[in-house]
Amino acid sequence: MSKTDVSRRGVLKTSAVAGAGLAVPTIFTAQSAAAFTNEPTGSSVTLGFNVPQTGPYADEGADELRAYELAVEHLNGGGDGGMMNTFSSKALQGNGILGKKVEYVTGDTQTKSDAARASAKSMIEKDGAVMITGGSSSGVAVAVQALCQEAGVIFMAGLTHSNDTTGKDKKANGFRHFFNSYMSGAALAPILAANYGNDRKAYHLTADYNWGYTTEEAVRNSTEALGWDTVAAVKTPLTQTDFSSYIAPVLQSGADVLVLNHYGGNMVNSLTNAVQFGLRDKEVNGKNFEIVVPLYSRLMARGAGANVKGIFGSTNWHWSLPDAGTQAFVKSFGTKYGFPPSQAAHTCYVQALLYADAVERAGSFNPCAVGEALEGFQFDGMGNGPTLYRAADHQCFKDVLVVKGKENPTSEFDLLEIVEITPVSQVTYDASIFGGELGACNPGA
Amino acid sequence: MDALLLQFLNGLDKGSAYALIALGLTLIFGTLGVVNFAHGALFMIGAFCAVTLNRILTLSHEVIDETRTDFLGNPLKVDVPYVYDIFGEATGAAIIDWSVPLAILFAIPVMIGVGVAMERGLIRHFYKRPHADQILVTFGLAIVLQEIIKYYYGANPIPTPAPAAFTGSFDFGAMIGFEPNTIIYPYWRLVYFCFAAVIIGAVFAFLQFTTFGMVVRAGMADRETVGLLGIDIDRRFTIMFGMAAAVAGLAGVMYAPITSPNYHMGMDFLVLSFVVVVVGGMGSLPGAVLAGFLLGILESFASMREVLEIVPGLNQIIIYLVAIVILLTRPRGLMGRKGVMEE
Amino acid sequence: MFGLNAKDTRLLIIVAILTMLAPFILNPFPEGSAMAQFNAGYPDLMQRFVIFGIFAIGFNILFGLTGYLSFGHAAFLGVGSYAAIWMMKLLTMNVIPAIVMGVIVAGLFALVVGYISLRRSGIYFSILTLAFAQMSFALAYSVLTPITGGETGLQPKVLDPRILDGPLAEGATPKANLFGLTMSSSYEMQVGGWLFTFNVGYYIAAIVMLVAFYLAIRLFRSPFGMMLRAVKSNQQRMNYTGLNAKPYTLAAFVISGMYAGLAGGLLVAMDTQVGPERMFWTASGEVVLMTILGGAGTLIGPVLGAGAIKYMENILSKINSDILHTWFAFLPDGLEDLVVTLIYPFIGKGWHLTLGIIFMLVVIFLPGGLVEGGQRIAAWFRGRKAKGSDKDASGTTTEPAE
Repeated sequence: MSKTDVSRRGVLKTSAVAGAGLAVPTIFTAQSAAAFTNEPTGSSVTLGFNVPQTGPYADEGADELRAYELAVEHLNGGGDGGMMNTFSSKALQGNGILGKKVEYVTGDTQTKSDAARASAKSMIEKDGAVMITGGSSSGVAVAVQALCQEAGVIFMAGLTHSNDTTGKDKKANGFRHFFNSYMSGAALAPILAANYGNDRKAYHLTADYNWGYTTEEAVRNSTEALGWDTVAAVKTPLTQTDFSSYIAPVLQSGADVLVLNHYGGNMVNSLTNAVQFGLRDKEVNGKNFEIVVPLYSRLMARGAGANVKGIFGSTNWHWSLPDAGTQAFVKSFGTKYGFPPSQAAHTCYVQALLYADAVERAGSFNPCAVGEALEGFQFDGMGNGPTLYRAADHQCFKDVLVVKGKENPTSEFDLLEIVEITPVSQVTYDASIFGGELGACNPGA
Repeated sequence: MDALLLQFLNGLDKGSAYALIALGLTLIFGTLGVVNFAHGALFMIGAFCAVTLNRILTLSHEVIDETRTDFLGNPLKVDVPYVYDIFGEATGAAIIDWSVPLAILFAIPVMIGVGVAMERGLIRHFYKRPHADQILVTFGLAIVLQEIIKYYYGANPIPTPAPAAFTGSFDFGAMIGFEPNTIIYPYWRLVYFCFAAVIIGAVFAFLQFTTFGMVVRAGMADRETVGLLGIDIDRRFTIMFGMAAAVAGLAGVMYAPITSPNYHMGMDFLVLSFVVVVVGGMGSLPGAVLAGFLLGILESFASMREVLEIVPGLNQIIIYLVAIVILLTRPRGLMGRKGVMEE
Repeated sequence: MFGLNAKDTRLLIIVAILTMLAPFILNPFPEGSAMAQFNAGYPDLMQRFVIFGIFAIGFNILFGLTGYLSFGHAAFLGVGSYAAIWMMKLLTMNVIPAIVMGVIVAGLFALVVGYISLRRSGIYFSILTLAFAQMSFALAYSVLTPITGGETGLQPKVLDPRILDGPLAEGATPKANLFGLTMSSSYEMQVGGWLFTFNVGYYIAAIVMLVAFYLAIRLFRSPFGMMLRAVKSNQQRMNYTGLNAKPYTLAAFVISGMYAGLAGGLLVAMDTQVGPERMFWTASGEVVLMTILGGAGTLIGPVLGAGAIKYMENILSKINSDILHTWFAFLPDGLEDLVVTLIYPFIGKGWHLTLGIIFMLVVIFLPGGLVEGGQRIAAWFRGRKAKGSDKDASGTTTEPAE
């Protein structure tokens, strides 16, 4: 018998116990205690892909899963290699990770923190996963990140945009490639000022939960710094489906810009309602009334349909970028699935590759070694230009895209066009401004 | 003043949606005594009737446009709907544009069919079973229905716009002498409100003035006696279920341009519609309508900036708060009948 | 034994044996085999089985005995969880104060909600409880963020005060424990190809569940339990005999709320995190479904129902098309694809569909829930043993009721 803090099932699963079913109850003592949780000792390594498969973000989750499957294929040497060819680090050989074949398990987060943790725990305890990745909301990311810290595995966040994930709730075992609210605000404000002028009056509708708060704050601060005035900010319940009673008073307030700090279904409905109220045809203070959506995703752009035309927002990445990394990724994803990848798919694919690369460079799956390899890592060729994984908060710093709803889309995936690539220097901030404590890395076991 | 009037109008519109959904639910409660957790799913299926008709109308064949390329650099395939081929581009485009109103015609037979099939195939066997069993079976059915929709249409909301003629809003305030832009009201919401009023009126008229309705009302009051009189009340109840499904479905069709349909919109409305029905009082159709409008209007007032500055978070709980207050002051809701679902 | 009659004692002993041997029973398939996917014997899921079992047992005390259908029971579980995590943050990572506080706070909240809601009966009562729970959820998600952590919830942090605990070792994370024994620690035993995990947290939760189950049996059999059944069968007649039903139902409501709080506290003890969606109406609905699915009013039914739903949520949702292909790899290619295509909608992202179908099948064919299924199988076996090929006996028992 052996006493461990977490299961070492990975050891057993991969050590090919052939004599299964023997009637003699030989009680097994694990070899000298493993160095870290779920240390892979066999010929394969298991990664856990924890994405929403039911609930409102199921489609986004499905796209994340496609990206992960593609990443696994590339890591194991299949397909055309995708971004492995353009990635500035050449540690990956296409022979798995450290020569071990990459296998994966999937789970359903349901976009609920309880369910996401249950699913992640089963991957760690039952399947012996050595890394967990994925997710489509900040609540889930923060919850699973805390779990991975406790269990001693690496968490590579999927789509999560709140400042909290690498701010007040940051953890040493957690890493985020996706951008955040602060960066959205910092990137958007100059473009808004350039297009709409410096003397605008903004009215915010904000989803009444953490992500909404940080996004509103970021956009407010950066637009006010450029001379805008915030007339009002009203919080809307998450469960709201009809926003008419929030949108109708906007014109009365004398505001001439409406900022919708909403995500997912909330944003689809609030934008649809705002357009229905004819806000965009109005003229206030002698200026054309405008609407802004700080965070765009394809899920939302598709849901809102023609209503997004001409509306500014920001994204982490878009498939129409011209760089070699993007093109390689879009080509292999498009060839395999028949349509271009979303930004959620991109960030997940990149996270999987970054993890594998860090393991190769560290020469070990030990979370502390992997963390060290990722901290301060500078890379390029992954679709976002030169990027830094900042050591102080495990947040990636890279250019941010400001986009606009396209006037003449050629397909249901071609809904956004890039207006500006905001350089990384403009969106960088001091790591300490959001508080929180990274702590020490935990290898478990 | 103008702000209050504005929210009152918004509330009427919200309320008409609530009332319409609650009306169907009450028809089923009142006539059949069944707790139908699949009612939200019927609303959702209605909305997807609009989506489906839109899909049918935009069924297309591909034409290759050599001058443009797609994301992989191949020549772009442009979809040309068959209706363009049949009716010409202008008429074809107009038909697609009007797909939501046209979906009303499409949805009525579909929804009645779904309703009758549900009643005959499933609900009928549960009239005499405990409410708990009814909840479990209809909840199971609701999950199955929404998963089927998710399987075919995905989880993403699907934009289903109103006809171009109804986009935008009119300045109601300016018409009655307020400053311009103080009270604006979208055309489609006016359409929705009128539509709801017509449907609600029609249901009441049907129950009040037709023999069929009279029998059903008698059946609601005392099912056994009506049965003893030799009237086939079962068949009439089947038809009532079909009607209730159609009412829920039509509410869904017309709601599609307001909230892009997605597969779980029924669950989002389910709890709300139960609250509306119960606040209205079990077994009372006028109660359900009244409660729908009351809650819609109060919800609108509670979402005002001025109110939220005094009581933050009131918009989150207003519906439930009102429900508690009403149920504590009026034991059977606004107009409930004694003894209905009180055990 | 324990003041129970022979039948109840037997039931308690069977349940005790099953829970104690769960790591074996739930792991019937060897590691690495294709069927290992169906193993449920890992700590997290075993903990959830017993914790949600407690939740459902408590719910059944109210619903099964009095017939009052609360549609807001998740609120008590949530409030209990928040109380527990705050104890961990402020006092100590020892689970005892957390669990005790969870029970107390949930009990007090249930007293307030119950006092108000029990003024009405039937569906009016259900909607009142639903309203309180939805308000709790909405406020916890939004304006109460400073207390509840809002969307991202609460977790223990290194910098929390924890006034009773000594300082953490450098680089350590706070872990829930019972006088130093951490909840996540396990003994692993390998027998042949099988790996069995004996987790401290699970056994603590299982013992609490057995105590809770025992108390529930005592309560069901007590005069108080009889009184509650009287409330269900005919409250009016009870009133005519001069008895006031309200104190009894309120007591049942509070007890049932305390069970929910206990479950909430245990959830936090096993997995130190709370999020507001634990109080959403779907969570309240889930416990209703667990109870009805298992068999409302029966002792063991709710536990079975909780197990069935949690099993599907955690096991079915993890099967993906890749795994299906491995399973059916022995079939010829075309047939393999066909079989996978046919099964695929029901697993992985389609696990909700399977759940819905099972709800419908159970309620249509087994009106008494899973317990009735068990009884029928038992009766069928007995009938076969006693009468050999007498078809009448089995024919009448398996007829689907309408």
